[in-house]
Amino acid sequence: MKFSIERGVLLKAVAQAQSVVERRNTIPILANVLIEADGSDVYFRATDLDIEVVDKAPAQVERAGATTVSAVTLNEIVRKLPDGALVTLSEDSAAGRLSIEAGRSNFSLATLPKEDFPVMASSDYSTNFAAPAPVLRRLFDKSKFAISTEETRYYLNGVYMHVSEADGGKVLRCVATDGHRLARIDADLPEGADGMPGVIVPRKTVGELRKLLDDDDMTIAVSVSETKVRFATPDITLTSKVIDGTFPDYTRVIPQGNTRKMEVDAAEFAKAVDRVATVSSERSRAVKLALDEDKLVLSVNAPDSGAAEEELAVAYGDERLEIGFNAKYLLEIASQVDRENAVFLFNSSGDPTLMREGNDTTAVYVVMPMRV
Amino acid sequence: MPSLCRDCLHDFETAARCPQCRSPRVLSHPELFDLTIAHMDCDAFYASVEKRDNPELEGKPVIIGGGRRGVVSTACYVARIKGVKSAMPMFKALQLCPEAIVVRGRMDRYVEVSKQVRALMDELTPVVEPLSLDEAFMDLTGTARLHGHPPAVMLARLVKRMKEEIGITGSIGLSHNKFLAKVASDLDKPRGFSVIGKAETMDFLRPRPVRLIWGIGPAAQDSLDRAGIRSFDDLLRWDLRDLQDRFGAMGDRLWHLARGQDARRVSAHSPVKSLSNETTFAEDTADPDILDGHIWRMAEKVSARAKAKDKAGRVVTLKLKRANHKGLTRRQSLHQPTQLADTIYRTARGLFEGAVGEGPFRLLGVGISELTPAADADREGDLLDPDAGRRAEAERAVDRIKDRFGADAILKGRALR
Repeated sequence: MKFSIERGVLLKAVAQAQSVVERRNTIPILANVLIEADGSDVYFRATDLDIEVVDKAPAQVERAGATTVSAVTLNEIVRKLPDGALVTLSEDSAAGRLSIEAGRSNFSLATLPKEDFPVMASSDYSTNFAAPAPVLRRLFDKSKFAISTEETRYYLNGVYMHVSEADGGKVLRCVATDGHRLARIDADLPEGADGMPGVIVPRKTVGELRKLLDDDDMTIAVSVSETKVRFATPDITLTSKVIDGTFPDYTRVIPQGNTRKMEVDAAEFAKAVDRVATVSSERSRAVKLALDEDKLVLSVNAPDSGAAEEELAVAYGDERLEIGFNAKYLLEIASQVDRENAVFLFNSSGDPTLMREGNDTTAVYVVMPMRV
Repeated sequence: MPSLCRDCLHDFETAARCPQCRSPRVLSHPELFDLTIAHMDCDAFYASVEKRDNPELEGKPVIIGGGRRGVVSTACYVARIKGVKSAMPMFKALQLCPEAIVVRGRMDRYVEVSKQVRALMDELTPVVEPLSLDEAFMDLTGTARLHGHPPAVMLARLVKRMKEEIGITGSIGLSHNKFLAKVASDLDKPRGFSVIGKAETMDFLRPRPVRLIWGIGPAAQDSLDRAGIRSFDDLLRWDLRDLQDRFGAMGDRLWHLARGQDARRVSAHSPVKSLSNETTFAEDTADPDILDGHIWRMAEKVSARAKAKDKAGRVVTLKLKRANHKGLTRRQSLHQPTQLADTIYRTARGLFEGAVGEGPFRLLGVGISELTPAADADREGDLLDPDAGRRAEAERAVDRIKDRFGADAILKGRALR
């Protein structure tokens, strides 16, 4: 195998590959990227056995072929090469080496045989649809903060993507929760998505997927089966196993009867929460919200370190209410609001609180209060 | 050389017998009246308490420990002559010393006596750092003028009073830091009083094995062995950097200890770092129902202690010992600290699910660590477990009933498994 490729193109492909590769590996081949040159394209394939990414890049292929080298080392080398350089990769299969040449730099990396590289078995995808990148970006960006890291509840370690019934008909819905906050984000159901099996997309896959979604004009081909999900652009194909578990019935978590409504400028609210939380101890950052007629008083009282209080003008017409929250959760949900005011719907100081943006019910957040 | 009579506390210059009371129990050391860091270790504490409370045991071999399956927790010196040691399986102890009288420990009583000993130590210095019920460090720096006597005299008086007023004996180690004081107290047990001075520190340590260091268990011993380190002399041949590279943080400590240096202060307020309870079963079991009952009871005990101390833990640990004595520990960090038996039990139960196939087991323990004040605990509910709040309320109601009518007044059915 021998081909020449522009450094920027190579870096993009290799960077994507090395981010999939697990840092701590016991199986040497899994640390490698499989490079396949064929026709006028080179394919870079990396896997951690749960996720596989294949990146296609244009190159001047002199000799077709395939081999594998350490993804991390190759990435480091390419990263340090000067911008605009033309890089030539050629395999010496007898010596088991891949040489990398750019200008006057010369590298030689040990290879492992391509036959040892595990290629993810293909799946029978029952559902295939196309979705604009901005739509998927919103679905995952607004929900991923609520993904749980708790290993015992492994079925919460991802975003539950499924089709659901909403007020205006069927929607494509993403839900994530860690038991303390929950995000439920809806998008119009893309054509062909109806009947899709609900899947829990793992946290790491959500992170890798994000790299495919930066281009506003891109359309992503989504394929879903009971066990796998695939997101593809013309150049990159990301295939991932989904979490083998049942996502809990989140619908009973979302409060229906919360009537005490507070409307507040989300940015002002977030800044005020951030300010008063400064004095609270690192571990239990509890903020108290005291609501009265059109007035919100945020306060923190940390006996060891100090106290803080700030008053905010809000729209509130219900009876007095005092309720506490983890400051971090309030900041996270407030930062999801980008167009209108944040609308909070409370019930009592012990019940889950609901938050949405204006009257938009396509992005709904639930947060559990904290005893203060 | 400064000398002290351990019987009449008279101090004098070198003599084989006390010039005042003619006792041979004379302590002489060039630095005797200059050293201030002490370690007091009661002699076979639990056994001594039992013998004191029951004169019939006097002169007989006594072993404290539980049940047929248990281990020796303490053996009196009579039993130790036959080779009985702490932590030895009971059946083995009884093979070595069949005539031994086995007494089940009475922890409440030991706590009580320990408090009496502590009260005597508190009279010597405000800086007492207990390591357990029967041993403590004391820093007597600057107390000579207050007491009108140097620390050595006050320490000799302490063990004398322990014998006369409480009826138990102890051994004293006196030196210039904690490490050496602890080593010293063990040199001449029982009823010992050993001194390691600054001038002799290096000569004293050099030929001795590194396992002298408190905290070097069999595992650390192994890794030191592999590095060819057996004695302090071996240790002295290593550079600080090499020790750090090989042993991490422990390497740094080893380098200093090899030179008799230990900068740790005696601290009167060394915080509790974890709470745990464990039980050894009468018979090995793999029965999940029986083990479930044990998990609950241990969780409840840990929770009760946490509540009594106003503490909560952020990490729950499950410890199991298999029939072949191989240990198995699983831990889980919690989203928020807890002191609730319900949460500790559920978390430990979850950890047990992952280990259930490894049975049968002979021992089970449950613990919490990363302790925080109770005020930080259990403040957030769980969206996905809406009943958790009600279970917590039920637990608090049960606690109030127990406070009023005693710990056995109300039990969960689970506790009877």
